[in-house]
Amino acid sequence: MRDVAIVSFAQTVHSRRRQDVNEVELIQPVIQEAKERVGLDRHDIGFTCSGSSDYLAGQAFSFVMTLDAVGPWPPISESHVEMDGAWALYEAWVKIQTGAADTALVYGYGKSSPGDLPRVLSRQLDPYYFGPLWLDSVSVAALQARAMIDSGKLTQRQMAETAARSRAAAKANPFAQVKGDFDVEAILAEDCLADPLRRHDCPPVSDGGAAVVLAADDTARRLVERPAWIRGIDHRVDSHNLGARDLTRAPSAALAAHEAGVSGGKVDVAELHAPFTHQEAILRAEIPLDGAEVNPSGGALAANPMMAAGLIRLGEVARRIIDGSADRGVAHATAGHCLQQNLVAVLEGDG
Amino acid sequence: MARNERVAVVGVGQTKYAATRGDVSLPGLLREAVFRALDDAGMAMGDIDAVVLGKAPDFFEGLMMPEPYLADALGAVGKPLLRVHTAGSVGGSTAIVAAGLVEARVHRRVLTVGWQMQSCSEAMWALSLPMPFQQQLVAGAGGYFAPFIRAYMQRSEAPDDIGILVALKDRRNALKNPYAHLHEPDISYDSIKESLMLWDPIRYAETCPSSDGAIAMVLTDEAGGDAAARPPAWVHGMAFRSEPVMAVGRDEVSPLAGRQCAADVYAQAGITDPREQLDVVEMYVPFSWYEPMWLENLGFAEVGDGWKLTEKGVTALDGDLPVNPSGGVLSSNPIGASGMIRFGEAALQVRGQAGEHQVDGARLALGHAYGGGAQFFAMWVVGADKP
Repeated sequence: MRDVAIVSFAQTVHSRRRQDVNEVELIQPVIQEAKERVGLDRHDIGFTCSGSSDYLAGQAFSFVMTLDAVGPWPPISESHVEMDGAWALYEAWVKIQTGAADTALVYGYGKSSPGDLPRVLSRQLDPYYFGPLWLDSVSVAALQARAMIDSGKLTQRQMAETAARSRAAAKANPFAQVKGDFDVEAILAEDCLADPLRRHDCPPVSDGGAAVVLAADDTARRLVERPAWIRGIDHRVDSHNLGARDLTRAPSAALAAHEAGVSGGKVDVAELHAPFTHQEAILRAEIPLDGAEVNPSGGALAANPMMAAGLIRLGEVARRIIDGSADRGVAHATAGHCLQQNLVAVLEGDG
Repeated sequence: MARNERVAVVGVGQTKYAATRGDVSLPGLLREAVFRALDDAGMAMGDIDAVVLGKAPDFFEGLMMPEPYLADALGAVGKPLLRVHTAGSVGGSTAIVAAGLVEARVHRRVLTVGWQMQSCSEAMWALSLPMPFQQQLVAGAGGYFAPFIRAYMQRSEAPDDIGILVALKDRRNALKNPYAHLHEPDISYDSIKESLMLWDPIRYAETCPSSDGAIAMVLTDEAGGDAAARPPAWVHGMAFRSEPVMAVGRDEVSPLAGRQCAADVYAQAGITDPREQLDVVEMYVPFSWYEPMWLENLGFAEVGDGWKLTEKGVTALDGDLPVNPSGGVLSSNPIGASGMIRFGEAALQVRGQAGEHQVDGARLALGHAYGGGAQFFAMWVVGADKP
């Protein structure tokens, strides 16, 4: 295996509604910033891969237009996943492993504001049995939260504490959307949005995107003093059948963490893609993180741009390694409902 | 650096393509192709390490990113599952992403599936994209590509009926392919010529159908290819290229991305004279005139001469360079699968498994796909011998 590192990361300031820009205008400055940080221009990029969803854009082939943000002329080697950008990063990592490229640009973006996101996400459910119920994403998550509480694994107070901790941490994150000091008692006094989930247990609806530059071997060492080496990366999927799953578990997250080699050393920092408060508890039980600082960025509870929030977890951990404030970190991304699909990466700095 | 792993295609499975496959559920459609591919490979779902899915827009089925839903039906639970989407080229791109996992030694046995169930919607409207600063055409892909075809006809001074000849050849080839959507035994030069002019110069009978269907392939490493029950197809080269939908100086008739993609794949496969060295081509021809256009773009003919190969019968099943012996996209078009069908049919040819439309002695074949505004390209060269 080649040594491949994240050498650069940039993201938008995430917000509830960016009606002043289209997707190209949203992501182009971020792509530019990610390249400029390491002094690369578009001709230096060996492979490009992006993640986005037509259902958010409300248009078939929406990524075709967004490719303009890259400036693919002369033609480039390029691919796209209809998944979070974290999986685009995985595809790019594989491409670099084949030796077909030494550098890669990866980006993910989503504007959720044009639609009713929880209802849009209901279209990702089994179309024969679940889809016709129009079970929205918050309601599906609430089933999982209820299972956590009923099993005695979690309390609503602990969920509120996760919300308060995440949003307080986000005060130090200039890109976060929801941040500040929230009182746990006040959160618990609120009505439920979908019992047992309160508004604070849910991620914000966000418009935003992120971009990452990957580089291999000596190229990475030349571009940054301290590359964030990807020591392991793996992704797995669980059953879609909500009735057949133990919703308090995410075995695919545990398996991905094992395959990525999470337990091979001390974890300084972890960024978990847990859009709902109870999901952080599930992931902490599946991924061995003993004593690690978790979601210093505020996580998806502070900003949740669809198709980018997973990639941002990788970028946030890489940023900490590149700036020397962490030596070894774990990044996690999720997809589907109820943590059905999970990606885990282990990032390390030299020395 | 150590040489990359060799990639072998050891299983190919296709559904019967049809306007409406009302007899199967959506996962049932995929499973039809998947089990045929696994049977061909002598494998079961448990032998597969990872699954790579590809399809074109989610709006075609009214399902947002349905891959997590399909995980159970495809035996992917507990495994890595990827979803690729690169417009019409997606079937080819998906196969390349899957092959990359083997090539990079990340996995040993990968199942890849391209599919589309177009009967769930009206593809025409999904293919009528708004272009910035232009009035929306609302005329489907045919309306978009017709001006490029007209430009080709003018540049090359080709006779008006070359498109008819392509359609006649491909639809006749389809009669030898049991999986093809269109089986039109009575089709003739005159019936095509008299069919409705949809998007001048594209007639109804020179246009791809809208199909339901899926294709699956099992890809393995060198040891897997060596041990395969049936002869494998070895991947000799693969690449994708993209360019903008609009750019000053861009040639929509013979896009630079297509030429560069072909050059990359030929270099990997050691091909210096594609016309001489390649035995058969499965080319993405959704509108008849794209055969001569791609013959030039892919280096099989000089600029302006592609139509002459078609006219002389060089691209016929018994010609010197058979193009689309399966009947091609003109005879079956589940969009998300169509590119992978080209890749899979190329593999079947060099494995000697193409049945009635087998090209005698095929040893080296090109699979080709394109998409978007003729801006996304994916290609692979497969051979009967190891690279």
